[in-house]
Amino acid sequence: MGREVAESCIDGVIIEMVSAYCNRFYGSKPELAARRIEAIGYQVGHQLIERYTMERPRFSDHLEAIKFICKDFWSELFKKHIDNLKTNHRGTFVLQDNKFRWLTRVSIDPSSENLEASQDSPVLTPEHKVEVTSMHLYFPCGIIRGALSNLGIPCAVSADISNLPACKLHLDFGDNKNFPPRMLPE
Amino acid sequence: MAPLAPKTGDAVFASIDRVNAELFTLTYGAMVRQLLTDLEEVDEVNKQLDQMGYNIGIRLIDEFLAKSNVSRCVDFKETADVIAKVGFKMFLGVAAAVTNWDAEGTSFSLVLEDNPLVDFVELPDTCQGLHYCNILSGVIRGALEMVSMKTEVTWVRDMLHGDDAYELRVKLLKQVPEEYPYKDDE
Repeated sequence: MGREVAESCIDGVIIEMVSAYCNRFYGSKPELAARRIEAIGYQVGHQLIERYTMERPRFSDHLEAIKFICKDFWSELFKKHIDNLKTNHRGTFVLQDNKFRWLTRVSIDPSSENLEASQDSPVLTPEHKVEVTSMHLYFPCGIIRGALSNLGIPCAVSADISNLPACKLHLDFGDNKNFPPRMLPE
Repeated sequence: MAPLAPKTGDAVFASIDRVNAELFTLTYGAMVRQLLTDLEEVDEVNKQLDQMGYNIGIRLIDEFLAKSNVSRCVDFKETADVIAKVGFKMFLGVAAAVTNWDAEGTSFSLVLEDNPLVDFVELPDTCQGLHYCNILSGVIRGALEMVSMKTEVTWVRDMLHGDDAYELRVKLLKQVPEEYPYKDDE
C-alpha cells in the first residue's frame, strides 16, 4: 500500500473546489463552473491512469479498458469495484456504483454547504439543491473521461443520480466502435 | 463519566478512513493549476487557497476533537504541540515539528520536511509568488478560530521555492472569550 491521507482531506478539497467554482467564481454561470470542474477531473484522471497502467500491456479493446476502470482503477480511488457494468453493444456503457463514496459525504443542506453563497442567494430552491449535488458529479465524470482518453478511448461521460447514493455513469463512445490505436493528444 | 484519554496522532490516523495520497495530491495540483489559469493573478490564487483552507478548517476541527479525544489545551504551547503531533499526523499522515517560539510564547513555527501536498510538484518561474500550500495555513487559522483563537498564519520557508523545509509561522492575535449559545434555563 502506498502513501495515504485521511479521507477528510480529499473530501474537503473537492467540496471547497466545487463551492469556489459554483459560488465565488462563476456564481451566475453554472455551465462554466461545470466545465472547469470537469477539466480538473480530466487532468487528474489522465495522470492517475498513467501511473496505474505503467507496468501492464496495452488494452486490446474497449471492454478490457473499461473493465480495468471498473476494477483496478476504482479500487485505487474508492477501495471497491464498480457494482454493475452494462452495455448496449452499440457504444454505450453504464457503470453503477451502489454507494458512491463522494456523494455519501456531500451535504446538500444549504445552511452548512453554502454559507457564503447565501449572501447572494439566500434561499436555495429544490432545483438549486439538485444543481449543487450534480456539480459534484462533474469531477468524477472528468476523471473517467481523462483516464479513458489517455488510453486512447475518447468518450463522453455523464452521471445519473436519480437513485442516491447510487450513481450511474454513462460512457458514450458515439460511432467510435473500433478500438483505435493509442491516439496522439489533440 | 471520565473523559476519554487523548489518542496519539498515529493511533487516530490508523483508525480513520484513509485514501490513496496520489489522488489527493493530484487533485490538489490540478485544482491549483486550474485556479492559476482562471484567476490569472498569483495573489488571488493565494487568497482563494487560504479561503478554501479556512472553510475546511472550521469543519475539520469537529472531526479532530471527536476523533482525537483531545480536550482543552492549558496554554498555547500545548496547542502548538497538539496541532503538530496530532492534527497534522491524523489528517496528512505526517507530523510537524514545533520550533522558534518567540519570547512571549505567542508565536511559533511549524516545520514540515515531508509534505504529501507537494509530491510530483515543481513550480514554473511564473509562479514565484505562489504559496502552493496556502490551503494548509487556512486550515490552521480556521480550525483555531473555532476554538477561540484568532491567529495569523504565514509561510516562512517553502521547499518549492528552494528552501530546505516548509515552515509556517503561527501567531496568536487574541483569545476570543467563549460565548455560550444557550442560557442557563434552556
